[in-house]
Amino acid sequence: MTAPARAGLARPFLRLRVAGYAFFLPFFVVFLVAVVAPLAYAIYLSFFQERMIGGTVFAGLANYTRAIGDALFGAGLARVALFLVVQVPIMLLLALGCALAIDSGRLRWPSLFRITIFMPYAVPAVVAALMWGYMYGDQFGLVGQIGDALGVTAPDPLSHSWMLTSIANMVTWEYVGYNMIILYAALRAIPEELYEAAEMDGAGAIRIAWSIKLPALRPALIVATVFSVIGSFQLFNEPNILQKIAPAVITTSYTPNMYAYNLAFNGQQINYSAAVAVVLGLVTVVVAYVVQIITARREKTL
Amino acid sequence: MTAVAEAGAAARRRPAHRSPQVRRRGKSPTLTVIMLVMFAYAVLPLFWLLANASKTSGDLFSTFGLWFGGDFHLFANIGETLSYNNGIFVRWFGNTVLYSVVGAGGAALLATIGGYALAKYDFPGRKLLFAVVLGAISIPGTALAVPTYLLFSQIGIVDTPWAVLIPSLCSPFGLYLMRVYAADAVPDSILESARIDGAGEFRIFRTIALRLLAPGFVTVLLFSLVATWNNYFLPLIVLNTPDWFPLTVGLNQWNAQANSGTSGAGDATYSLILTGSLLSIVPLIIAFLVLQRFWQSGLATGSVKQ
Repeated sequence: MTAPARAGLARPFLRLRVAGYAFFLPFFVVFLVAVVAPLAYAIYLSFFQERMIGGTVFAGLANYTRAIGDALFGAGLARVALFLVVQVPIMLLLALGCALAIDSGRLRWPSLFRITIFMPYAVPAVVAALMWGYMYGDQFGLVGQIGDALGVTAPDPLSHSWMLTSIANMVTWEYVGYNMIILYAALRAIPEELYEAAEMDGAGAIRIAWSIKLPALRPALIVATVFSVIGSFQLFNEPNILQKIAPAVITTSYTPNMYAYNLAFNGQQINYSAAVAVVLGLVTVVVAYVVQIITARREKTL
Repeated sequence: MTAVAEAGAAARRRPAHRSPQVRRRGKSPTLTVIMLVMFAYAVLPLFWLLANASKTSGDLFSTFGLWFGGDFHLFANIGETLSYNNGIFVRWFGNTVLYSVVGAGGAALLATIGGYALAKYDFPGRKLLFAVVLGAISIPGTALAVPTYLLFSQIGIVDTPWAVLIPSLCSPFGLYLMRVYAADAVPDSILESARIDGAGEFRIFRTIALRLLAPGFVTVLLFSLVATWNNYFLPLIVLNTPDWFPLTVGLNQWNAQANSGTSGAGDATYSLILTGSLLSIVPLIIAFLVLQRFWQSGLATGSVKQ
């Protein structure tokens, strides 16, 4: 601390404070407009109801009690919860396997694999959904063509029983490489001395992966899990695009987010839609938080 | 593809740190074969898109999906896509470029300055502000989209570019990344000696800090670019006029047209959608390949340090 000695205590301190606020201000203004204000407005709207007689009136928690008892909303939540429980572990295990393989030094062309597996992340979800939707579809669909070529009847990926799996495959395709890169970056940060020490102790490749690499991946794995959980609850783009291709299977309330969207824009139930969005946001934050605590604790006991 | 491999190899060679013990063990063919399956999973859909965007409408429906049709029709298809409906695709492309460049550029800049402020200046409320922004990362953007529409329709900016641009400028994750990055990348000693030399705070940021923060900035820029380029939900909600649509919303409008079949031109529209999809992913893939050295090192910082 040389500055205070030069100019006394008060002035440089003040100058630094003012500069700190000034640098943070532009971000904060946009944050207020883009995040805080819509959130506050949604919460405000969710306490009102539009009545046939009397216009918009304060309704207390009526929208919330309705949302909690809403079977369509509940079914949507259950659907994304099932999606989360199955898709997220599969995707993260694949990403983990790829990251470990690329980092192992025993793979040919590691950088080629790293870049190409990551590539789908740069494809817009809309394009991914259109592309996979057409490959699934009955017009010029690849799944059907492969079935024909093999002389078997391939399952219809856009049917009722396969739809969620088909969406899970699309999401996995889009994000497995992204998660792989995050895990790979964490692996690269492991200090070389750790490997050398393990080597001296006579540890093999599997032992090193288990005792050094996995613990070092903990923070990155938690981040990846939390983001995947949030993504699952917010599922919208893929089912919304597929709805045009398979309208009979994907209903307007297929996921909670689609439900909130359709309530506001096709059902004109703006206040109720706001309540659904708030509940969905709360559920997401709570589940993301719980997942974080569980993963952090479980890894600690290992 | 060799250019890709070489660029990747260059990025990897730089911090050459793998110990000799690993190299000694040699390559494992089994591992390589397993990874080739993942490679095919990632690449085959993109190859399918390229193959089918290169077909005539007739071939699209009559030939096998994973190979090219009789005629190589890609350039004709591109011409048709660009000129269809008075060149609306070009307009959408331009809109996407506008939204991404202004939105992502602005978001990266605001996150860089803000993250630098949080990392390098000690002002009251700093920790609280950071905690609030961190909390906002877990508020999903899509949950905010409907309320954002309602709010913007009150202000009267719905169906204008502002309705897409303003939310894109805010990247809480970018701020988090830059705060972590700035803490290490900008040494306090440099800032202090610049102050002793009498430099103003803004000048210090502009001439010294910004350069040191460049890799982090590029990382945030790229990921904001992906987010805005791929943005679908928000523009779908806040825009009505096709002239303002980004590519994502426009392509899906074509998709709705093709599947409803009311226009009577359903089959030909599929070719437009496939070609348009192909055109819309090329710029981002190029950006990632060209800038990979930056985003890989930047991402490493963000994901490793908590």
